[in-house]
Amino acid sequence: MSAAGNVPPIFGLVLAGGRSTRMGRDKATLPYGDDTPQLERAVALLKRHVAQVFVSVRADQAADPLRARFAQIQDAHENIGPIAGLLAAQAQHPQVAWLVLACDLPLLDDGSLTHLVSKRDAARAATAYRSSHDGLPEPLCAIYEPRSNTALSAWVAAGKQCPRKFLSSADTALLDEPNPRALDNINTPTEYQAMTAAQSKHITVQYYALLREQAGRREEALTTTAPTPRELYAELAGRYPFSLAANLLRVAINNEFGDWSAPLKDGDAVVFMPPVAGG
Amino acid sequence: MSVFRFSSAPIEARTLSAELADPACGGYAAFEGWVRDNNEGEHVRHLEYEAFEALAVREGERIVAEAIARFGVAHAVCVHRVGDLSVGELAVWVGVSAPHRDEAFRACRYIIDEVKHRVPIWKKEHYLSGDSGWVNCERCAAPAAQPAGAHAHNHHR
Repeated sequence: MSAAGNVPPIFGLVLAGGRSTRMGRDKATLPYGDDTPQLERAVALLKRHVAQVFVSVRADQAADPLRARFAQIQDAHENIGPIAGLLAAQAQHPQVAWLVLACDLPLLDDGSLTHLVSKRDAARAATAYRSSHDGLPEPLCAIYEPRSNTALSAWVAAGKQCPRKFLSSADTALLDEPNPRALDNINTPTEYQAMTAAQSKHITVQYYALLREQAGRREEALTTTAPTPRELYAELAGRYPFSLAANLLRVAINNEFGDWSAPLKDGDAVVFMPPVAGG
Repeated sequence: MSVFRFSSAPIEARTLSAELADPACGGYAAFEGWVRDNNEGEHVRHLEYEAFEALAVREGERIVAEAIARFGVAHAVCVHRVGDLSVGELAVWVGVSAPHRDEAFRACRYIIDEVKHRVPIWKKEHYLSGDSGWVNCERCAAPAAQPAGAHAHNHHR
């Protein structure tokens, strides 16, 4: 039997219904490396791999301004943890597979999702990564096929909640992680600080001509979490009365022409160059 | 010495042309850019040039190397002033020597045109009116903190 025509499409579900108890702040809103809230980052990442993306929320979170920007699926069960989100999604769209993503995975990369989707086994109940830490299935970056719906409902009806144990008990295809840190999750303020400190960089910026006058200095050393020159210029434009929009400038990194979207590295020397006028 | 360099002292064209002398060359062309007393209807009193020298020298050397490769000339040099310049002063000098005149003219033209567009050098004009402005930077500046499209024409500073 040819399966090609029968493979269900994949929808994406970002789990944003948690209470962030250990963090003490809503994890969906936390930025990593720039001003983008983690929920927005996760949705953008997922969009490239699935037909539609939904955000899983509790009923009392539906009007939250960040969550209200996305298509939502509300939990029908309370206090059973992340499995409530998947259960509600499967109830709403029972014929599709769900790529479920936690919203506290700041290191998750495009390649890890590409790998998961390309190695998906639609004939099994689920496809998931094997944790590089303990060898168990990673339930919150995994694809759940429609054939898992009945078993999942029964699992919850039996009073069980742990999605990891569900995947262990189900017919789950397990993959090795191409990037072993991709699924490191961030649950506490200490973990968050360590992660953002690791992303902050010491950068030297030199100013020339009009930008030198507007910044009131020739050079400065600063610490930033800006991932690329684009965010760095936006950060500086918030500090100084720069009159030139970024699209009029060129950027140099370490005394060579650079790319606005090239990742900044610790120790980089950056120059934003206004339109030139030699001769 | 680099084939592209900056000078904060007046440029000595005669000394520079001697660098290009070559018994195999029958053609020599030079371009001199002078400080003009007017620009876009404003009376210019003096000029100020500023360069991001570390990158400017690299890019300038690339331009000279391109001219030599493209036109087959023997030698080429470009020197650009930085600092304050008065009307009539020599701001930029390009010299090329080649076996024949045609390639010398074309390489010279190529170098000055590319330098104007590619090398991080900025020019601030000081006007008789007392105003001043960075050329190519002031007239179409949209505030960086505002979205593109919010277009402030900020001539007076």
